[in-house]
Amino acid sequence: MLNVEQLRGPVDQSSKAGIPVSFVINGSRQELVIPPWITLLDLLREHLQLTGTKKGCDHGQCGACTVLIDGMRINSCLVLAVSRDGAEVTTIEGVAAGRDMHPLQSAFVEHDAFQCGYCTPGQICSAIGLLAEGRAHTRAEIREHMSGNLCRCGAYTNIADAIEHVMRQGAAAREAAE
Amino acid sequence: MSVTEASHIGRPTNRVDGPLKVTGQARYAAEYPAPDLLYGYLVGSTIAAGRITAIHLDLARSVPGVVEIFTHENRGKAAWLDRSWRDEVAPPGHPFRPLHSERILFDGQPIALVVAETYEAARDAASLIHAEYETAEHCTELERKRSEAYVPPEKRSGIPPPPDPRGDAEQAFEEAPVKISRDYRVNAEHHNPMEMFGTTCVFEGEGRLTIYDKTQGSQNAQGYVTSVFGLKSKNVRVVNHYVGGAFGSGLRPQHQLFFAVMAAIELERSVRVSLTRAQMFHIGYRPDNFQTVSLAADREGRLQSIMHDVVAATSRYEDHQEVVVNWSGMMYHCDNVKLSYRLAKLDTATPCDMRAPGAAIGVTALECALDELSYEVGIDPLEIRRLNFASKDENTDKQFTSKALHACYSEGAAAFGWNERKPEPRSMRERQELIGWGVSTGMWDAFLQKAEARAKLSADGRLEVSTAASDIGTGTWTILTQIGADAFGIPLEDVTARIGDSTLPTSPVEGGSWTAASNGSAVQAACEAVKQTLFKHARKMANSPLAAAELEDVDVSKGRIFRRDDPGRSLTIVEVMHAADLQAIEETGKVGPSLLQMTKYVSYTHSAVFAEVRVDEDLGVVRVTRVVCAVAAGRILNPKTARSQILGGVVMGIGMALHEEGITDHRLGKIMNHNLAEYHIPAHADIEDIDVIFVDEHDDKVSPLGVKGIGEIGIVGTAAAVANAIFHATGKRVRDFPITIDKLIAA
Ligand code: FES
Ligand code: FES
Repeated sequence: MLNVEQLRGPVDQSSKAGIPVSFVINGSRQELVIPPWITLLDLLREHLQLTGTKKGCDHGQCGACTVLIDGMRINSCLVLAVSRDGAEVTTIEGVAAGRDMHPLQSAFVEHDAFQCGYCTPGQICSAIGLLAEGRAHTRAEIREHMSGNLCRCGAYTNIADAIEHVMRQGAAAREAAE
Repeated sequence: MSVTEASHIGRPTNRVDGPLKVTGQARYAAEYPAPDLLYGYLVGSTIAAGRITAIHLDLARSVPGVVEIFTHENRGKAAWLDRSWRDEVAPPGHPFRPLHSERILFDGQPIALVVAETYEAARDAASLIHAEYETAEHCTELERKRSEAYVPPEKRSGIPPPPDPRGDAEQAFEEAPVKISRDYRVNAEHHNPMEMFGTTCVFEGEGRLTIYDKTQGSQNAQGYVTSVFGLKSKNVRVVNHYVGGAFGSGLRPQHQLFFAVMAAIELERSVRVSLTRAQMFHIGYRPDNFQTVSLAADREGRLQSIMHDVVAATSRYEDHQEVVVNWSGMMYHCDNVKLSYRLAKLDTATPCDMRAPGAAIGVTALECALDELSYEVGIDPLEIRRLNFASKDENTDKQFTSKALHACYSEGAAAFGWNERKPEPRSMRERQELIGWGVSTGMWDAFLQKAEARAKLSADGRLEVSTAASDIGTGTWTILTQIGADAFGIPLEDVTARIGDSTLPTSPVEGGSWTAASNGSAVQAACEAVKQTLFKHARKMANSPLAAAELEDVDVSKGRIFRRDDPGRSLTIVEVMHAADLQAIEETGKVGPSLLQMTKYVSYTHSAVFAEVRVDEDLGVVRVTRVVCAVAAGRILNPKTARSQILGGVVMGIGMALHEEGITDHRLGKIMNHNLAEYHIPAHADIEDIDVIFVDEHDDKVSPLGVKGIGEIGIVGTAAAVANAIFHATGKRVRDFPITIDKLIAA
């Protein structure tokens, strides 16, 4: 019988052991001392009370934990927080411009692009990232590039409607500007 | 007194909880803060049957931050008797009692809880726990237990057993000119709501607990906790304001609830326990099943005989039962019917209701078989369904309170373009892809359950309605707000709904598609009671313009109570309350099924599902490109949220058709694909066009609101419609769900 003690020993997990890091989270600078094994997701949810970012698997398989790091969408459950020292992090709590919801947030409400709402923050952050990437031009491309964000309630067609709506608005606005 | 101005009910209304959900402000069970919160992490057994002989905790205990480790050797005090562990919806048997003894009943059974100051410490320590076992023989393979199947001796409450046979199905089958007899199977499925099960148990002191739990029934969870731990009811409050999906998995209390509460009581501190995604595969699941459907018809396609036999999985310790075969006796007219339903015991956790339990698998088999029969007869698959329309429930010989199924067939077919269908399999294609069109009927109960609600109208015209219902994505917050607003002719903003709290008026668990009808009607009844009281006070006022009026003559709207035939004769709510010296009027309302009506009538929701698939001829890749789901569900309170419910059901039905399957290594008795990368659920790329139609259906008997419910009907029939479309596209019939590429290529 294999003895686990031979495999590994305990690590000091008490939260005092830590590494100093600094983030700009939703526009405000945070200086933190954190242990190296904390994921960005758990840091947000358990330590900073930013529970808008959801945990659906903890394995990079569902997209519920999607946040924007320096404007790029990323699964925060796969990121050790210390590895992103200095990053600018935007979560669902920070996507709105002041009191006005982000156009995608309003579009999600209008199109009923969710039911339980648990995948929703991840879907919205992912969609913001997608539109910024400029990769999606058609509904089929939206569907393809949003496939990392699962929705067990099956709101997919409404989510695609909401994103398409905002994508077209953006395109129209750009055309008008030109 | 009737509502003259139904301005909110029936309108596509945005969810009132929408802004909270899109901004991340809606809090789910594992997201509530508490001072000095501890974190619990569960350890699961690595064998499927046997007993623990030793469990080594030293290493785990030495992890800094670990506060306590609970095992069967030191678990906190809990009830001894079986019946103290039975929740509201428990099937017959011996409920699972976590850490009760060293016995192992299923793979992944929780054997220890590590509690630590941080989540990371608890998780790390959990990985250092090592158990030794004495294994016993196990069996997780339904096929091997099929011969030992039995008729469950004790029936599960609310689940009617199959009806007695009618006519002589065997003989009619023998004599009929056209017949088929086929075996079907829908493999085990797992609910996998996006939110993982979690409980934050806040230790308030003085024996009081506030428990934020992921559950479909705050009162069911509250009852379980008080009974298991012997606590006073007034000291335990369960809150489930927002529930990140559940689909049935939250009907019964799940492991994390027991563990969080037990640890909080023992340690006298607040504790949070969340299951991991992998651990969620070890709670209830949709049972694996073997089904045989035999159908016979005359040369025109009229059904002469229906036989449907099912063996479904259950656990060693409980007889989980569902209504699987009864549908086959009432969906179509047939004089000769024989239905049977048996269980077989496996070394797994007890299965658990999952969206349209029973119907989702039973109707799938029946509707595939009927499709096969239509080809044998040589008539259109939609036509055979119309031809065999049942105008009453022939299982019980009762009338339907309404059944607009013909409208579902015709409106669905028109929207889909069914007329253009070429009857021959493999007759439609575009380049590399074979195209197929399939159809199915769907059916689900329209229940009215006992429910209570409270309504409170304040002098300032604001209304609060409350009932201990849950909103698991179903739109309950919104429809209750709409009902309240219409009762008093006020804007939605003036109504506050309160749900998701065990201290509110009594509600059944949120399931069975009964919440809108039951809790909605209870809210309406409470509002009516408030109006009556308001009227009573209004009439009593000096020189009241309503003095001569009767209750039926008056209405309330926009802050006034007035005579309907002469709206000028009115009083403001403020005036009435002021005169009566009241700040608010508060009343309760109650609804329940009418036993008298039930002697004559039954109520069901119906649907017709049309699906188009495109199948890559060489690769066998199936795409579901279009679905039209036409539903007859009585009155639709909110077409926007109702449509979403159907969309969700259809998507899960596509999952059943093509993707979902819990895979067990039967040698080890272990589920192998316990994660979202290997247990496939539909993703964005899998879902193309879905069209939902609600046909007109008036029903004045089903519930006081005329509502039937729409939570489950979307999934029923969808998998069959897809499978039938795949046959039409390819000429290949796969009867073992999900229809994966390997099965389709091999067929
Ligand atoms: S929680 Fe990060 S991808 Fe699922
Ligand atoms: S809205 Fe429930 S998982 Fe997407």
